[in-house]
Amino acid sequence: MLGLTGKDFTLFLIVVVMVVFAPIILNPFPVDSAMAQFNAGYPDLMQRFLIFGIFAVGFNILFGLTGYLSFGHAAFLGAGSYAGVWMFKLLSMNVLPAILVAMVVAGLFSVVIGYVSLRRSGIYFSILTLAFAQMSYALAYSVLTPITNGETGLQLSLNDPRVLDGAASADGSLPVPTFFGLEMRDSWDVTLGGWAFTFNAGYYLCAIFMLVAFYVAIRIFRSPFGMMLRAIKSNQQRMNYTGLNTRPYTLAAFVISGMFAGLAGGLMVSMDPLAGAERMQWTRSGEVVLMTILGGAGTLIGPVLGAGFIKYFENIFSKINDNVLHGWFAFLPDGLENAIVWILHPFVGKGWHLTLGLLFMLVVIFLPGGLVEAGQRIGRLFSRKKKPADAAQKSTQSTPAE
Amino acid sequence: MGILEVKNVNKRFGGLQALGDVNLSVVENSCHAIIGPNGAGKSTLLNCLVGKLIPDTGSVMFDGQSVLGRTPYQINQMGISRVFQTPEIFGDLTVIENMMIPCFAKRDGSFRMHAYARSNQERDVIEKAEIMLEDVNMLDKRDMHAASMSRGDKRRLEIAMCLVQEPRLLLLDEPTAGMARADTNNTIDLLKRIKDERNITIAIIEHDMHVVFSLAERITVLAQGTPLVEDTPANIKGHPKVREAYLGETA
Repeated sequence: MLGLTGKDFTLFLIVVVMVVFAPIILNPFPVDSAMAQFNAGYPDLMQRFLIFGIFAVGFNILFGLTGYLSFGHAAFLGAGSYAGVWMFKLLSMNVLPAILVAMVVAGLFSVVIGYVSLRRSGIYFSILTLAFAQMSYALAYSVLTPITNGETGLQLSLNDPRVLDGAASADGSLPVPTFFGLEMRDSWDVTLGGWAFTFNAGYYLCAIFMLVAFYVAIRIFRSPFGMMLRAIKSNQQRMNYTGLNTRPYTLAAFVISGMFAGLAGGLMVSMDPLAGAERMQWTRSGEVVLMTILGGAGTLIGPVLGAGFIKYFENIFSKINDNVLHGWFAFLPDGLENAIVWILHPFVGKGWHLTLGLLFMLVVIFLPGGLVEAGQRIGRLFSRKKKPADAAQKSTQSTPAE
Repeated sequence: MGILEVKNVNKRFGGLQALGDVNLSVVENSCHAIIGPNGAGKSTLLNCLVGKLIPDTGSVMFDGQSVLGRTPYQINQMGISRVFQTPEIFGDLTVIENMMIPCFAKRDGSFRMHAYARSNQERDVIEKAEIMLEDVNMLDKRDMHAASMSRGDKRRLEIAMCLVQEPRLLLLDEPTAGMARADTNNTIDLLKRIKDERNITIAIIEHDMHVVFSLAERITVLAQGTPLVEDTPANIKGHPKVREAYLGETA
């Protein structure tokens, strides 16, 4: 179906269902329950899940397939963001041109950076991309102030020309991004008993782009082009002596992943028309590396899981403060309660980075395949219990010929 | 005039003259062995043929065209395939994928952006790859991870990957180095069969005399970067100079 094999189609279908029903799935707790703070089903966060999902899926096409670890992908996210805001300022508040131009600008930018960086491989490639991204950040922060508005960040103003749809809205406030009239911030709230769900226009626009991006990624993974990229990761020497020029393959992968990053940047400013230089900083590049590795580099769904996981941590786990902890452990005697809260304190709230770092270490050490490998192991555990005979048969079959 | 003509090739690494005035002519559809003691310059010569090294002087002509100044992938596209000393295969890929990649390289050239196609729909390539696997008796390992196979199987796969491109010249760099006796014999049988069944020119660098004398029709003996003798296997065996330089140490 859709040019996918049965297994891939099932995966795609699951992702479609998850994305479409995310506003419900991510809000499992009633609004006034104690657990309500773990609800992640509000538009702002869900949009971020999808946008960073796109970013990580694109990054995975480069890193997961070819093994080239770029430490500068935030530069493309930032370039896309600036391009998007400029489209809002100059052309129209419609998100479509903004997103398309963001992709094109990020793509052109990645051709330049990729062409130079891909002359080296391994750690030198990583350092080159890092250097380029930091240069871009520094330029955006200071020298290119007329384009980027420096440290204030690029934002809309009432004086912007907006050739297509004129100046500000009727009441003189700043215009908002729309999709042919549909405002991105439009939401439809549904209350069902104790539960409240928000269906947001911007979220569903992101969802469409994310699903298309995910579909494209699956097709690339299963194409001869994707096979070539995996072969490059496996053995470049053999590629060269098999008559294949690896340079254009890696550059194509680099540009595709740069355009995915540009798409993410364009969507980001479509949800919130503001672009700052910090979007290009190396911590952002590092974040997408973490997402991909945490979820499972080289797998289809891994980067999406990783992106969701990290964004959930950043936004939800970080809200657990001492008061919340005291609330949880109130049933304990006072001394013990204080002791436990004191122990847990560094790991929650502002200390969420520490917990995430520990989890990341555990995953890298014990589950090199990331969350996807965890899923597979659990899956295997169950299937082994079901048919131990099959497994035994397989192990005898794979004895070497000698 | 041979399909491969090496003329007056010199290669110097600092103070070491690795190759000195090497002349070599490989006749089409023959098997030509290059032997010599360690450090004789066999591998350097091979690397000059495939574009990994560029000779300081001299010329290397393949089928009337110079290979000098071309990159390894361009030389491969001219019709020269190389088998390495340690099997160079795509370890992370399955056996069938390993076979498909050279088929794509043959069909589509050194680069083609076919990201819209589907690997499992490329019937012609899959079919060609499967026929080749069948030919080398590896069809049962079709979906195995290449890295998990025995060394003999990896070598067999690498040879098959080179053959499926239908090269005009197959270069083998010590194809049985570090192999168990059984694997060595299997590889010799495979190469013999290839030689008999296909119109292919083979140039082989080898240490193992058993392999050389069972395959080669002509032998060039290299010593200290210079060809000592070039003759038929029968004559090489008895040649006093060769005995002194090479066989004398082992025989």
